[in-house]
Amino acid sequence: MNMNYTAEELAFRDEVRAFLDAKLPEDIAAKVKGFRKLSKEDHQRWQKILSEQGWYATHWPEQYGGVSWTPVQKHIWDEESCRYGVPRSIPFGVNMVAPVIIKFGSEEQKQQYLPRILSGEDWWCQGYSEPGAGSDLASLKTRAVREGDHYIVNGQKTWTTLGQHANMIFCLVRTNTEVKAQEGISFLLIDMNTPGITVRPIITLDGEHEVNEVFFEDVKVPVENLVGEEDKGWTYAKYLLTYERTGLAGIGLSKAALTHLKQLASRRVKNGNPLIQDPTFSQRIAQVEIDLMAAAISNLRIVASVEGGGVPGAESSMLKVRGTEIRQAINDLARRAIGPYAIPFAEEEMDQAYDGEFLSDPDAAPLAAHYFNNRKLSIFGGSNEIQKNIVSKMILGL
Amino acid sequence: MDFRLNEEQQMLQDTVARLVRGEYSFEKRLEYSESELGFSESFWKQLGELGLMAVPFPEELGGFGGTGVEVQSVMTELGRGLCIEPYLQSVVLGGGLISQAGNEQQKEQWLAGIATGETQVAVALQEPQSFYNTNDVETTAEKAGSDYVLNGRKAVVIGGHSADLLVVSARTAGNSRDAAGISLFVIDANAEGLERRSYPTIDGAKGCDLFLNNVKVGADALLGNEGEAADVIEYQVGRAISALCGEAVGVMEVACDLTLDYLKQRKQFGVPIGKFQVLQHRMADMMSELEQARSMAILAASVADEPQSDERRRVIAAAKNVISRSAQFISEKGVQSHGGIGMTWEYNFAHYAKRLVMINHQLGDDDFHLERYAALLEAN
Ligand SMILES: Cc1cc2nc3c(=O)[nH]c(=O)nc-3n(C[C@H](O)[C@H](O)[C@H](O)COP(=O)(O)OP(=O)(O)OC[C@H]3O[C@@H](n4cnc5c(N)ncnc54)[C@H](O)[C@@H]3O)c2cc1C
Ligand SMILES: Cc1cc2nc3c(=O)[nH]c(=O)nc-3n(C[C@H](O)[C@H](O)[C@H](O)COP(=O)(O)OP(=O)(O)OC[C@H]3O[C@@H](n4cnc5c(N)ncnc54)[C@H](O)[C@@H]3O)c2cc1C
Repeated sequence: MNMNYTAEELAFRDEVRAFLDAKLPEDIAAKVKGFRKLSKEDHQRWQKILSEQGWYATHWPEQYGGVSWTPVQKHIWDEESCRYGVPRSIPFGVNMVAPVIIKFGSEEQKQQYLPRILSGEDWWCQGYSEPGAGSDLASLKTRAVREGDHYIVNGQKTWTTLGQHANMIFCLVRTNTEVKAQEGISFLLIDMNTPGITVRPIITLDGEHEVNEVFFEDVKVPVENLVGEEDKGWTYAKYLLTYERTGLAGIGLSKAALTHLKQLASRRVKNGNPLIQDPTFSQRIAQVEIDLMAAAISNLRIVASVEGGGVPGAESSMLKVRGTEIRQAINDLARRAIGPYAIPFAEEEMDQAYDGEFLSDPDAAPLAAHYFNNRKLSIFGGSNEIQKNIVSKMILGL
Repeated sequence: MDFRLNEEQQMLQDTVARLVRGEYSFEKRLEYSESELGFSESFWKQLGELGLMAVPFPEELGGFGGTGVEVQSVMTELGRGLCIEPYLQSVVLGGGLISQAGNEQQKEQWLAGIATGETQVAVALQEPQSFYNTNDVETTAEKAGSDYVLNGRKAVVIGGHSADLLVVSARTAGNSRDAAGISLFVIDANAEGLERRSYPTIDGAKGCDLFLNNVKVGADALLGNEGEAADVIEYQVGRAISALCGEAVGVMEVACDLTLDYLKQRKQFGVPIGKFQVLQHRMADMMSELEQARSMAILAASVADEPQSDERRRVIAAAKNVISRSAQFISEKGVQSHGGIGMTWEYNFAHYAKRLVMINHQLGDDDFHLERYAALLEAN
């Protein structure tokens, strides 16, 4: 047993740190660390810096412009970038559709889309869920009917994250209604500017516009936008879900959120003393820190097993459940730490550029909203109940 | 023993329920919330006209001397409608402080207006550093002749943005966190030197922080004896906690109903999701939490207007602790059982979910009351 990084891995970590010290814009890092909203421009500015460094596409083979990091190196990148306040890459292009195109797409699709993802020219969104197809994704109804060299698409997608910024959407559509649900699904790449597509915002409980409904009415999609074979989309979708699930546990993000919490609790006072010294509150922090410690080692065990050529199985589902619960617990404590100031909705203070007087702590304004928003962690990417169903099926034999 | 409301109490609750049903559709609530006043002026008026604001006051003020149970009957229905009018602040807490500590002249001056709704009161007991401890008062009131001059800042005054009168705690003697030396003042909202920074709250209401810069008030603004307000505050906060428990039960009832309906309607994998045992058990847990909360609300109501004692203190602390935890449980598990739809602004459940969590941040959270309870723990 050896839990230490090798000399090469340590050198890599130094390289990552030197890069982030030099290149990560401070304003962006401050927003990320304070749970403030990033603009499209923020994402694009950072993506450009990453692309120039050649570190944007960490899940792609080198021949397409990716970096061939080992699982441990990816882990180091993840840890360090969370610690520094690097914005999470919007995953839909680089980490979701790209691996599918690379594995199952045509040569033309690779040439057309991969460079545009690297350069940031295309902004992708994910069109899987529908009003009637959430956990039961295979029951999706959006219909694509072949007519000559086009598909005519009709139906509705929903919960489309950041679809308002996107110019491309990858969709699961039904191309065959005669067969078993999973066998009649195809994977289509659709230009959001095609006539017949309407995007409508869904406002979440914290007042944010982060998700959308996307309506398709007689939308003409060229057949060359089909990925792989018709009716084989489910296979590709499942391949993609394995990419989605890794990282959903958010261990690095929890560590960053815990640091933020401890700093906050050091500044807040209760009975004249720093809140972090309060017996009740410090125990609450200690408990979540201990749970995170365990989850972090579980995460490393998965990383090490993948490094050794293994494929993560039920452990990733278990870690998704625990990891999201831990992050939600940290968000809960941050909200508690500001006491009555969780109640005001001081929207202007959520803006990084705000230069007025703060109601209380400069970091307070987004905390309650962030807590509510992160209820999503246990719902999306396969809800925590679905993850437990997976565990039951995969290893329990129930 | 009988835990049911008597006929009169039931009639009271039905009256509020009818009024809320008439005035508080989901869409209207959003309108009220976004208006400048931050709540419905007409609903507020009607609460007054129907005598509902007079409930806790004596007959000569048009009330019927209602106690904990009657106040909860009103609050539960306001909770069910997710009403954002500052009834708790103005009638229960503001009216309560003036009733208990005010002299005859002060009561005559202010209570009638509160009991009709003509006067809206907000109560400013918290400060930026006080973290729910109402004895942690740094705002000062210095004597200048027969007047007092107040300086300092009060935090998160719900309803303070629109209040006509503010009841403010300030220190006339002693050190921060001493119980002795805290006094209460009734201040006109337009008093010179008083500034309000108003804001919406995350659960749809409005409030403000108060900045007091040399606010001068006469001796007639002092409520009760100088320096002796801590006990009055503790007592009236106890009544307010009981009322808040009533509201919380109403909010939880609706949150549970909506979740249960959704479990029956929503289909995935060809069946209503309520067929999945994990969701059934969770729903059963939510209902059990609601029942625990209901029991503690009843217990709190039974002591709300009783003389102060350690037993009353324990019950109030216990009630707020249980209610806060049940409310958060029902909020979080309710959202989870809904899936994505439970997080959307357009669906009323999400607003119930937010209110439930924010109840924990009012009048002391579950940790605060656990500590209070532990400090009063009986060895046998
Ligand atoms: C903020 C946010 C962003 C999202 N972004 C995207 C996106 O970009 N693209 C996209 O395609 N989708 C996206 N989603 C959708 C997400 O994948 C779905 O919300 C998720 O699959 C759950 O589906 P649902 O919301 O319809 O809930 P439902 O599937 O209706 O589930 C409701 C409840 O029932 C439970 N349940 C369902 N089936 C079972 C079962 N068999 N056993 C036990 N319990 C069960 C669930 O766990 C949940 O608690 C997003 C969702 C959110 C909230
Ligand atoms: C200390 C003790 C004293 C007892 N005294 C008496 C007595 O005096 N007289 C008497 O007649 N019996 C007595 N019992 C027996 C008791 O009633 C049974 O233990 C009980 O009914 C559970 O049955 P089981 O032990 O066979 O467990 P099982 O029924 O086999 O259950 C095993 C587990 O499966 C769960 N489970 C079962 N069915 C479901 C379902 N549909 N959905 C979800 N979960 C399920 C159970 O909750 C449990 O967790 C006693 C038991 C104990 C432990």
